Amino acid sequence: MQIDIRTTNLQPLRHTFAHVARRLGSDKPASRYQEATFDLQPTTSFHYRPLWDPERDLYDERRTAIQMADWYIFKDPRQFYYGSWTIARAKQQDSVERNFAFVEKRNLLDLMTPEWKQKVQEALVPLRHLEYSANLNNCFITAYGYGAAVTQATMLASMDRLGIAQYLTRIGLVLDGNTGAVLDVGKQAWLNDPMWQPLRELAEELLTLQDWFELLVAQNFVLDGLLYPLVYERFDTRISENGGSALAMLTEFMVDWFAETNRFTDMMLKTAAAESAANKTVLEQWVRRWTARVAGALAPLTEHVFAAEAEAVMRELQDDLRTRAKKKCGLDL
Amino acid sequence: MAKPMNMRDKYNRMTRDLGWEPSYQPKSKIYPQIEFEGIKIENWEQWEDPFRLTMDAYWKYQAEKERKLYAVIDSFAQNNGQLNITDARYVNALKLFLTGISPAEYSAHRGFSMVGRAFPGVGAQVACQMQAVDELRHVQTQVHTISHYNKYFNGFQDFRHMHDRVWYLSVPKSFFEDAQTAGPFEFITAISFSFEYVLTNLLFMPFMSGAAFNGDMATVTFGFSAQSDEARHMTLGLEVIKFMLQQHPDNVPIVQRWIDKWFWRGYRLLSLVAMMMDYMLPKRVMSWKEAWEMYFEQNGGALFEDLARYGIRMPKYWEVSVQEKDHLSHQTWATFYNYGHAAAFHTWMPDAEEMAWLAAKYPDSFDRWYRPRYEHWIAQEKAGHRFYNPSLPMLCQTCQIPMLYTDMDDPTQVVYRSTEYQGEKYHFCSDGCKDIFEHEPEKYVQAWLPVNQIYQGHCGGATVPEVLNWYHLRDGQDNRDYLYSEDRQNWLRWKEASSQLETT
Repeated sequence: MQIDIRTTNLQPLRHTFAHVARRLGSDKPASRYQEATFDLQPTTSFHYRPLWDPERDLYDERRTAIQMADWYIFKDPRQFYYGSWTIARAKQQDSVERNFAFVEKRNLLDLMTPEWKQKVQEALVPLRHLEYSANLNNCFITAYGYGAAVTQATMLASMDRLGIAQYLTRIGLVLDGNTGAVLDVGKQAWLNDPMWQPLRELAEELLTLQDWFELLVAQNFVLDGLLYPLVYERFDTRISENGGSALAMLTEFMVDWFAETNRFTDMMLKTAAAESAANKTVLEQWVRRWTARVAGALAPLTEHVFAAEAEAVMRELQDDLRTRAKKKCGLDL
Repeated sequence: MAKPMNMRDKYNRMTRDLGWEPSYQPKSKIYPQIEFEGIKIENWEQWEDPFRLTMDAYWKYQAEKERKLYAVIDSFAQNNGQLNITDARYVNALKLFLTGISPAEYSAHRGFSMVGRAFPGVGAQVACQMQAVDELRHVQTQVHTISHYNKYFNGFQDFRHMHDRVWYLSVPKSFFEDAQTAGPFEFITAISFSFEYVLTNLLFMPFMSGAAFNGDMATVTFGFSAQSDEARHMTLGLEVIKFMLQQHPDNVPIVQRWIDKWFWRGYRLLSLVAMMMDYMLPKRVMSWKEAWEMYFEQNGGALFEDLARYGIRMPKYWEVSVQEKDHLSHQTWATFYNYGHAAAFHTWMPDAEEMAWLAAKYPDSFDRWYRPRYEHWIAQEKAGHRFYNPSLPMLCQTCQIPMLYTDMDDPTQVVYRSTEYQGEKYHFCSDGCKDIFEHEPEKYVQAWLPVNQIYQGHCGGATVPEVLNWYHLRDGQDNRDYLYSEDRQNWLRWKEASSQLETT
């Protein structure tokens, strides 16, 4: 049975904006993602050369070695614009909040053996500093990258990384009952402990990288691509085996976030590589170079957690990353 | 359960405690932009966080606002809410907003991501990044809100293309690019302080109040939704200024010069808002003059009294802005009326009732200087000689507005200022704009001046139809008089159809 509500039926003059219609090939209804993304960044009629980069325009394609005929063929598989992103994150945050409350109320992290609780403090908490530099790196890409399709996703990623750094901070506070002592020890380790120095050196080097696409490859594809499986999958499994399965409730966000964000990162590499042989070569060089560099920087941390198996673990993670580069991005390494 | 940490300590742990002093790379390589403007920061730790918002709370509040806003946008579209506005003429204010202001929100988004990376202090980085993502929100929600209007009215459809090309849109475009191409401290003084803190109530709010007064449910809902973001941005603006001034006495003259510059640049940009307030709203909120008195003379005056203890005075030429308040909107609207064939919105002459309102609001200027001019144009139009100015106006090298503002002692005399730089002569609408140029001539000679670009053959050709075509401005649909526009014809047809439906 059909119930009719009579309303004024007006014929629209058009279905979307003209610049969107040109990209869709005709004037047809466009998605919110498309209307919020296409051509948002100015590409022409720039008034002044930046005082901080007088050789280039305010927005300039020449800030990376990657060359594209059209920067809007990068399409976020998640179709994130601000609204869909923030609503998705708020939902996840609800579940994080419940998990923290559950773990804290029952002191579930105390179920870990002291030895493993110590390992979590040593190997997980200092990563909040690395997340902070990941936040700055994505902010750099947003600032100097090209095209709203790319830079809006990295803007959202910057805020995600700040959120993750804050979740790790909260884990530190849960571990010591909100005194901040664990965070202080962790920061000292980040600054001085030999185990963390190669990684901190890498983080500081990434903060000086000038080619934004290379930074995206180094940080979001290679460093995250090795670190997240290492910490949030392999290390996490070990912790669970040693009475720490509750920790997984507190790192669930990171696991889900990584799987979700990889879809964007893989699309970036795949699309750029498919554009030209020159892009593909550059990307392959970057992935190769940064994989060696990152694997070296992660070695002491891996050894600390996996002892004798460390080398094998790191080899497997690199193999996995190479497989991902091949299968998801079309890169031959 | 453990005793919670106090809010301030917790926020510190969540933000500035994340950072560290680098030792493998020199700081100057990580933060290369921080020296060249001459601003001295002794200690970034003294930065006071203007608001303490962690990402968990941010996501929660913002998502709630987004859900509500999009529910209203959807229902507005479903119920053809555009039929409930006071008159289709109102939509022209929205056209000015989408083509002129929304792209500026995008610039703010990118600009704040630049400074959110450029500043070395974590507190400042986080505050700037939050504003960067908020500004992304604003441009996107504005596009989504106005998307429905685009389906039913002309002039919105190619707003991105137009923003980079159309002559008067270079006014907001050059304003934001001027800020973005400056150093990080000047950018944040320009946008956070001069623009957000001193002038927001004169830019953003008139459009939103205009929407409320004219039955535009969708846009006013956006306005309410953005209000708490704007409040955060304003507190950031004040913190930035106080922080710079407290850090080192050498900063004071630099900051003062930026306040002078950005006040004047912002004020000139606001002339577009002034004409919107006085001429474009079928139901007006307040006059430009009243708004300037309330938001600048009173509120701004109090602010600068407060800043006096740091050695900051009122922005240079503020007195000129007060003298001009009786004339600004009229001179601007008259210019757009004369160039109505080259504007991406419709123009018109005020009717008798509107002229009475203008006369009441502007007793010292309207009847004497502007009514006679308007009555003359109305008579010409009735006689079949609607006046369109066929020549291209000379633009001010700094603010890029046509040279239209007059001497306040003699409103028949246009102000011309000029200066020479490297053998070339440059023209200005005011002493304020001339001063800005003379301080950084090497920057302002680069300006992409729309009229000069047309003369140089970069805009599709030398004739008006060629240039309009290059703008993607459809002659007869997007421009000229409201009275004969497609917008108005459609509106009357739709209103009739919907009133017939009500009576059946």
